[in-house]
Amino acid sequence: MSSVATTEPILTPAKSTPIRARLQNVLPQIVLAPSFAITVVFVYGFIAWTAYLSFTNSKTFPSYALTGARAYQRLWRWTFESDPPSSWYTSITNMAIFGFLYVGICLALGLFLAILMDQKIRGEGVLRPIFLYPMALSFIVTGVAWKWFLDPGLGLEQTLHHFGWTSFHFDWIKNKDYVIYTVVIAGVWQASGFVMAMFLAGLRGIDSEIMKAAQIDGATTGQLYRRIIIPLLRPVFLSAFIVLAHMAIKSYDLVVALTSGGPGGSAWLPSNFMYEYTFKRNEMAVGSASAIIMLMTISAIIVPYLYSELKEKAR
Amino acid sequence: MSAAALSHGQNNRWIGRIAIYGLLILFAILYLMPLFVMLVTSFKTMDEIQNGNMLSLPQAPTIDPWLKAWGETCVGLTCAGIKGYFWNSLKMVVPAVAISTILGALNGYVLTKWRFPGHTLVFGLMLFACFIPFQSVLLPMATILGSLGRLGVTLQDQVGLSFGLGNPTVNLVIVHVIYGLGFTTLFFRNYYEAFPNELVRAAQVDGASFFQIFRRIMLPNSLPIIVVTVIYQFTNIWNDFLFASAYAGSGESMPMTVALNNVVNTSTGVVEYNVNMAAAMIAAMPTLLVYIVAGRYFVRGLMAGAVKG
Amino acid sequence: MAFLHISGLRKRYGALEILKGIDIELDKGGFLVLVGPSGCGKSTLLNTIAGLETITEGDIKVDERSIAELHPSKRDIAMVFQSYALYPNMTVAGNIAFGMEMRGVPADERKLAIDKVAKVLQIGHLLDRKPSQLSGGQRQRVAMGRALVRDPKLFLFDEPLSNLDAKLRVDMRTEIKRLHQTTGKTIVYVTHDQIEAMTLATKIAVMKEGIVQQFGTPAEIYNNPANMFVADFMGSPAMNLLSGRITREPNGLAVALERAGGEAIRLPVAAAMSSLAPYENREVVFGIRPEALTDPEGADRHAQFLCENDCLIDVVEPAGSDTFAVTKLGGREVVARLRADARIRAGEMARLAFNLDKAVFFDPQTQARIA
Repeated sequence: MSSVATTEPILTPAKSTPIRARLQNVLPQIVLAPSFAITVVFVYGFIAWTAYLSFTNSKTFPSYALTGARAYQRLWRWTFESDPPSSWYTSITNMAIFGFLYVGICLALGLFLAILMDQKIRGEGVLRPIFLYPMALSFIVTGVAWKWFLDPGLGLEQTLHHFGWTSFHFDWIKNKDYVIYTVVIAGVWQASGFVMAMFLAGLRGIDSEIMKAAQIDGATTGQLYRRIIIPLLRPVFLSAFIVLAHMAIKSYDLVVALTSGGPGGSAWLPSNFMYEYTFKRNEMAVGSASAIIMLMTISAIIVPYLYSELKEKAR
Repeated sequence: MSAAALSHGQNNRWIGRIAIYGLLILFAILYLMPLFVMLVTSFKTMDEIQNGNMLSLPQAPTIDPWLKAWGETCVGLTCAGIKGYFWNSLKMVVPAVAISTILGALNGYVLTKWRFPGHTLVFGLMLFACFIPFQSVLLPMATILGSLGRLGVTLQDQVGLSFGLGNPTVNLVIVHVIYGLGFTTLFFRNYYEAFPNELVRAAQVDGASFFQIFRRIMLPNSLPIIVVTVIYQFTNIWNDFLFASAYAGSGESMPMTVALNNVVNTSTGVVEYNVNMAAAMIAAMPTLLVYIVAGRYFVRGLMAGAVKG
Repeated sequence: MAFLHISGLRKRYGALEILKGIDIELDKGGFLVLVGPSGCGKSTLLNTIAGLETITEGDIKVDERSIAELHPSKRDIAMVFQSYALYPNMTVAGNIAFGMEMRGVPADERKLAIDKVAKVLQIGHLLDRKPSQLSGGQRQRVAMGRALVRDPKLFLFDEPLSNLDAKLRVDMRTEIKRLHQTTGKTIVYVTHDQIEAMTLATKIAVMKEGIVQQFGTPAEIYNNPANMFVADFMGSPAMNLLSGRITREPNGLAVALERAGGEAIRLPVAAAMSSLAPYENREVVFGIRPEALTDPEGADRHAQFLCENDCLIDVVEPAGSDTFAVTKLGGREVVARLRADARIRAGEMARLAFNLDKAVFFDPQTQARIA
């Protein structure tokens, strides 16, 4: 077909003068308009509103008198207040630990499981759903389950004591220095199966002739993966990274359900910080400022990605 | 072909296979463990929980914890079980999924088959909305919902009808429709992008109108993506906690997730772990069921949401 | 007055101009084929006739009435698409009847019309099937049935055979030709296959980069290509285009072509080609079709200017009905079409006959035909 690359309408209905026909021509836009307007108002308008609030001194209730960047100044000051740690300091260091480990372990474990699953094994149909089902659960359910599982008095520790390993000690969930790692464990449990599925789809999508060619060239299995397959999975890495990174920054429920915030708020992430400051500590401006900082962090990752994706599509 | 090992001798091969299966089975056990523990605990008596082994099967299986979780356990101060909250979630999920799916289908249809200058920008803006941390819209939404509630009260006084304004369940439906639109639009846009334009053109030559094409040509051929979208939205909305706790965080109209969190964190008396686990299982049941029945579509939805554009 | 009249038609997407002033006239009952390479604008042109794309300038008239402003369904056209565009959710009967349903034709009339078309196309036994249960050729028939049932003024075909395998394509080509002959309908047909164009058309428009390079009957296009593009595009194997030099010989003008394995060949130019005179001692492009370059026994006996020369054969390709031989002339590879039993061997000299009646000349700069 001699189609010409174009960004123009696929269907441009013929021009007509009568008003009814005119209306027909703009009907698609009319249909789309409410959704678009909703997005503009309830997403971008609300973001602007939140940004505005972050420049006021709103406490329990919104106040609309601009008072400058005081909320940001406070967050900035708290950023360096490590002894004793400010809640903000705890939240962002937790974010760094959680984000790095959660994304890193999910990618590594997901890829590892996918490679195992790709070895022409039997029972793939049984194993796949087992690795993936946690993704169907609510973070609250995950939190409840792992809270019980990791409880020193009832869970894993006690079970191992029963089996005779009485010196085993595992109380991270109650320890303010380690509680964030339990969030990592539960988070990885929930998402790594999904990452596996993404990598598995990627592996299955690789042209088998490339692998045959590499084997004829004398590549060992290890070399085949290191030199050929994993480099070819780059787009999957990118997609998985984007999904995991934004899930990490948005994580909120898991911390609440698993740790109730941890001892003294030691498991907080910025999302918990925002919620607590806005709704419980009556520091609406500070809460808003932290929300805007979260948004900017996600945007820094997502916007370039979406831009390149959509630009490519438009061509 | 998968990149299966090149065999260097039969022995090596066998060791390799055993290692692969061993690792896979080990991981499968690890992934199943929390669910297994939840399940067995929910059928144990409290005695057995305190004195027994977390991993052992219940010696005297009982469904009392389930009955108690469903009908008697305390959520905050009311002790009528979680059944009411289960229905709350259902009442919220069904309309929210239906509305957002229909709107997403229409949006996807327009954005692929009736393109106009700037359609990429419109789609980009709607797509970005999928990624925002909802904390950045939480407060203004609360304010608006508050105003709607007051409007509802006024209407109730003046006209005798509040049109559901101010009802927490209605509020959550509104919120989930709004912030689910990006996803549903994305799903349908990507699906319709691959839908042959010639079919739409043929229908145009045949004289079908904008809505006739949608209803007669697009929708009847959209079953797979409708299933994917419905499952994705159902799972997301059922599992939501942030909006639920912010806009329906207390009282009668809490959705399931919030109620579950309250059940678990109720600190009066002895913590009934078996009841907690039964409640968690009940909360997980609908999405697990969907996953078991339509896992293929569930995964496809996740993937479509992951691989953008 | 022509039945289909396209005048001064332009189509722009922003700064990009896809159709750069198209003028075409087609008589009632004519079969117009729009042919050209990918991206030449032929499908866009067809879509503008269908009303599926707007036009920026110009007009389209059918039967003296402008249709440029009308909705596709109001233009009294029917279209057969490349992918057939059968609605997958409807049965064959539903597909054929959908247009009538949209126009509000009563069910019993629809039934009659379906049966009539089904009989013509012999698809009566398929009416209750879904498109996914049909073979490629059957889908093609159903797509034509959907067009036929409208009984329109104008049929539009958008590369309808390109998704069929080679054998079926030939059968369906014949079928379309027969359909045209029996119904006498006016047809506009888009293809990139020049053989389809030659076999089906009463008029061909060869397009490139949004411009009609030549508009004429198949014979005109084949024998008197307007420029090097048309000469190269139409015909398979393609016309040989080689650079040569016009020289004056005692008995008139000649063209000199460099030859591998010998001195340059000098070929006399037909006296009628007086327009070559200004090109004396200048480079030209000499065009000769493979069938005009053959073994002496296979040459056209009625040719006036037949000229034999020895050429070094590079490659021999027996093709069953003919044998193709490749040699080098004027610095280019040249294909000659020999009888199947011509005795030639690669790497040896062979005698080839040049039928200069059929030779054409082009200006190397403008690429336009000189003579």
